[in-house]
Amino acid sequence: MKTAVPKRTRTAAVPKAARAGADAANASPIVPPQAIAGRTLVLVIAIMTFLAGFTIAVVSVIDRAADAWASDIGREVTIEVRPLDGVAINDEVDKAVALAQEFSGVGGARGLSDAETQRLLEPWLGPGTDLSALPVPRLVVVSIDDASSFDVKALADAVGRQIRGGSVDDHALWVDRLSAMASSMVFAGIGLMTLMLVALVLSVVFATRAAMAGNRDVIEVLHFCGAEDRFIAGQFQRRFLLFGVEGGTIGGALALLAMAIAAWAIGGSAGRPGADQIEALFGHFELPGTAYGLVLALVVAVALLTALTSRLAVRRSLSALD
Amino acid sequence: MIRFENVGLRYGTGREVLSDLTFSIAPHSFQFLTGPSGAGKTTLIRLLFLNLKPTRGLISIFGKDTALLRRADMPALRRRIGVVFQDFRLLDHLTTYENVALPYRVLGKDEASYRADVADLLDWVGLGDRKHVYPPVLSGGEKQRAAIARALITKPEFLLADEPTGNVDPPLARRLLRLFLELNRLGTAVLIATHDIGLMDQLDARRMVIEGGHLEIYE
Repeated sequence: MKTAVPKRTRTAAVPKAARAGADAANASPIVPPQAIAGRTLVLVIAIMTFLAGFTIAVVSVIDRAADAWASDIGREVTIEVRPLDGVAINDEVDKAVALAQEFSGVGGARGLSDAETQRLLEPWLGPGTDLSALPVPRLVVVSIDDASSFDVKALADAVGRQIRGGSVDDHALWVDRLSAMASSMVFAGIGLMTLMLVALVLSVVFATRAAMAGNRDVIEVLHFCGAEDRFIAGQFQRRFLLFGVEGGTIGGALALLAMAIAAWAIGGSAGRPGADQIEALFGHFELPGTAYGLVLALVVAVALLTALTSRLAVRRSLSALD
Repeated sequence: MIRFENVGLRYGTGREVLSDLTFSIAPHSFQFLTGPSGAGKTTLIRLLFLNLKPTRGLISIFGKDTALLRRADMPALRRRIGVVFQDFRLLDHLTTYENVALPYRVLGKDEASYRADVADLLDWVGLGDRKHVYPPVLSGGEKQRAAIARALITKPEFLLADEPTGNVDPPLARRLLRLFLELNRLGTAVLIATHDIGLMDQLDARRMVIEGGHLEIYE
């Protein structure tokens, strides 16, 4: 029987080529999907992304609230006038108001009335206390319109020189504490996210190694077909990228959903005991726009990190085969 | 093209399974590699396609000393060698067509550029009507032919076949032998490892006989 090797031409009959091409149009993946424990990995990625996304959201809310507190406090200073023997305190308060209004950057200044002072002290002294019988300091609230041109040290010096019993409190201690607390929260959040991402990377490394062990025959065949390591790594990377996208999307969506539910639950508690304190702390409990952006960026980062980790793990394992 | 000089191989600290192998394989040549089971035929084939490194001696493949090869250089050399394994090594989750086309996919070629070649080769080995089928459904002979087609699809310069007729009946074995001869006629050097004396007697070709790790060559 005469055997003829087929000629390598590209002018083969189109119908035959088209038939064969129909097989390859949806070419099967070289690494079989069912040979990788994908469901488990997607679940792990979703959980990690959810936790990281939730952390981003919570830190964003706290950071925004801390900014608001610092901004509110930083927009005013207080002049305290202590009662001294032989000094008419009301005159000193009036002088302090007039003095403060002369300073650049000051939007206004006013002394707290007796009634306002009484209201401030009510939690400690009880209602209806006659303050005239007590040596209670008087306060002048100075609003700052333009913080850049306002010189708090100059005001403090002027008050010290011209107002008897007067001193300035710029709330620097509170601002510093708030700033330190907000920074601590942000660093704690970054630390938590880093730990979660490290755990995610380790999970992907283990899953990749397991996938390689389960596909050793495929890798051997690819090797003797002349596949380069990057080609083999690419086959695994493609599968793991899909797992990363799926798990990251599920986890990110759940994190945003959890925040929406938390906002709805806190909003729904308006009027109940404690609700006013929560609102005082956090303002209207809603997620800043940047948090949505960060969670979306997290989803993309998780998918890319998953793919990159699997690629590096495959290449490292292949190098170790020699 | 291929040159072995005093090549020895041992696994771990055991005895040498191959000792002092010295031979050459010329371009366009045809040879059988034979010997009893366990004599070292498959080990020698693994050395020939860079799957093993020798313990001692020199192996030169396509003019390159394999001891000096970097890992990144190996794929390019392996692409010039086609291998047919005794156990076929077909991927069960790919169709016959996809298995045969695998070397082209590895090369990153567009499917349209090799579609016709693969279809023609499948027709040529008698698997034209089995290209949609997955390997677990193929018979032993069909798997063997699919494995051969995969090794031939990129027209390698050197073809290694380990017991390529071990799972087929005599008529098909003769047909496969003709297939290898035709390939050789077109310029590919062929080495067939077999212990089928009948197959070797059909052809006046060089015989490399390996026994106890030592090689005798009968030109």
